[in-house]
Amino acid sequence: MSRARTLFEKIWRRHLVTAEERGLPATLFIDLHLVHEVTSPQAFTELAERGLAVRRPDLTLATMDHSTPTDPSIDTARLRVLDPEGSAQLDQLEANCERYGIPLYAMGDERRGIVHVIGPELGATQPGMTVVCGDSHTSTHGAVGALAFGIGTSEVGHVLATQCLLQHRPKTYEVRVDGRLQEGVVAKDIILAVIAKLGIGGGTGHVFEYTGEAIRALDMEGRMTVCNMSIEGGARAGLIAPDDVTFDYLEGRPMAPSGEAWEAALEDWRSLPTDGGAVYDRTAMVDGSSLEPMVTYGTNPGMAIPIAGAIPEDEAVEPEKRASFRKALDYMALEPGQQLEGKPIDVVFVGSCTNSRYSDLAAAAGILRGRKVADGLRVLVVPGSDAVKRQAERDGLAQVFVDAGAEWREAGCSMCLAMNGDQLAPGQYAVSTSNRNFEGRQGAGGRTFLASPLTAAASAITGRVTDVREVLS
Amino acid sequence: MSKSFTRYTGTMAPLPIQNIDTDQIIPASYLKVTDRSGLASGLFSRWRYLDGDPEGEPISDFVLNRAEHGEARILLAGDNFGCGSSREHAPWALVGYGFRAVISTSFADIFRSNALKNGLLIVPVAEDVSASLFDAVAADPATEVTIDLKARTLSLPDGGETNFEVDPFARRCLLDGTDQLGYLLNQAPAIRAFEAANAARLDTRSG
Repeated sequence: MSRARTLFEKIWRRHLVTAEERGLPATLFIDLHLVHEVTSPQAFTELAERGLAVRRPDLTLATMDHSTPTDPSIDTARLRVLDPEGSAQLDQLEANCERYGIPLYAMGDERRGIVHVIGPELGATQPGMTVVCGDSHTSTHGAVGALAFGIGTSEVGHVLATQCLLQHRPKTYEVRVDGRLQEGVVAKDIILAVIAKLGIGGGTGHVFEYTGEAIRALDMEGRMTVCNMSIEGGARAGLIAPDDVTFDYLEGRPMAPSGEAWEAALEDWRSLPTDGGAVYDRTAMVDGSSLEPMVTYGTNPGMAIPIAGAIPEDEAVEPEKRASFRKALDYMALEPGQQLEGKPIDVVFVGSCTNSRYSDLAAAAGILRGRKVADGLRVLVVPGSDAVKRQAERDGLAQVFVDAGAEWREAGCSMCLAMNGDQLAPGQYAVSTSNRNFEGRQGAGGRTFLASPLTAAASAITGRVTDVREVLS
Repeated sequence: MSKSFTRYTGTMAPLPIQNIDTDQIIPASYLKVTDRSGLASGLFSRWRYLDGDPEGEPISDFVLNRAEHGEARILLAGDNFGCGSSREHAPWALVGYGFRAVISTSFADIFRSNALKNGLLIVPVAEDVSASLFDAVAADPATEVTIDLKARTLSLPDGGETNFEVDPFARRCLLDGTDQLGYLLNQAPAIRAFEAANAARLDTRSG
């Protein structure tokens, strides 16, 4: 009987081409490399300059998401005029994929979408895999029980050329969320509460594994929301052990195994969860039953409070952190001790790799159905993929948004990082379902309150930061 | 762009802010480049220029705009430097501007990895060391420190020195110019063996 191992250790071990020794990093094999237009051009250039091929185009998948327009009236020709640089990036990705034989879901392809939405949606990301992408939110794919993490462009080049990465073994960190969530509290609230508790550097050097009753009770898309923001807690990756929820989600997806291969895969995947008695380097506990809807008030995702609460007073902040705390509040034009609930807002953004999947849109639509967006408020609903968009249009969700007075957009990263023209104006406040409230993240001078799709929809109706439980009751 | 580092002596630009994220180091609007150049003007642009516009007016009290720190090539920053996005444009921008090293009490994982691949040395120090460096720079902007990668030491203004941790492989690469991709490419036989041993599993995945 081999010793008890964590889910992380099992995946790590089975991907070792060479183990770590004498200060040299391990060489880790990568099962799936996801590629997008923004962080890949320089890596492809390096390959070309060195005369290297892409080692495993069959284990590589490319899409366009960061720079793509979500305004349905902007076609490729108009984009060339409006955004020549972004357009050039898209052209370059197309040329690179063509040259190296990499499958690409380009503009107009039904499979296109945000890289972290389409991976699971297509069944490309599977339990036990190693998955990387030049994007920090690659941690999302950990929801299916894959070791998935973001890499820089140099490493994108490494994986393109060798399908491997040089890595030191991270430590493990169990984040246990027990109890049952109250009404109005969802996956986004769990992860915002976790980050507020651990701090945005709390997971540095570690891989999170989320365990406990509240995590097990989440559906796959909720688990993706949780794993997505692992990086906001400083952990490069977040994992959730695969179970029947995972298998039911994956079965029948286009790139998932089928027939006998499915049965064999299932047997293997069932062996992945952490063994009883396995030891994590660290553990943190969160009581899920006491969580409330969360909202951020500052300029990093760890600066979050229960929606009915107040921004901390100066005295509650450690002295050496007070200057940064005040800098954040100055940027947000907020005061210590202030309540956020009721704060007037200018924009609501429902989208991003954190919260743009079908269930996220359904949750928001459930609140908006038969209601109207507040006067003067701009509400953008941006589906995570073309497939999510089509399904939402078929099922009437899109109509709910349109009837309420929201903008129904094409799939893409959009206002999460404001690269494509979807952005806040200076000074505007937004309730956003995305993952980062950094200064200027959603547009220079823009101010972001991160929250769940439920909170975003409730706030869309009132035009103010709103506790969804008041709308639900 | 030099990707090596051995020893550097110079002044520091103090940025006593915690959790400086890569969106501040280089905003997303600069990520549309398809090469590594031209990012220096975008470095900290939202803090450095009015309206974040490099063509516009510099914000006079921002550290990089202050005459006494204009020549500094070591950034002295608050805790958890480089958190957020994986963009390698962040170290490209810092190196493009001329920075050789960043000193902080801690660094985000992806930023650390990216920086060390671009010759930008990451120098983690204890809280008391960081505090004493900020104090020393505040008292005298001309304060110099020496970072010696071979010895893994940082000389302190009071005449003492402190050791710092650095990934031994990254250190070797920086000292002798080892090319990490070249190192990986040399592992082709082991990679081939791994692929052969895992062929069935890898084939199922191509769907």
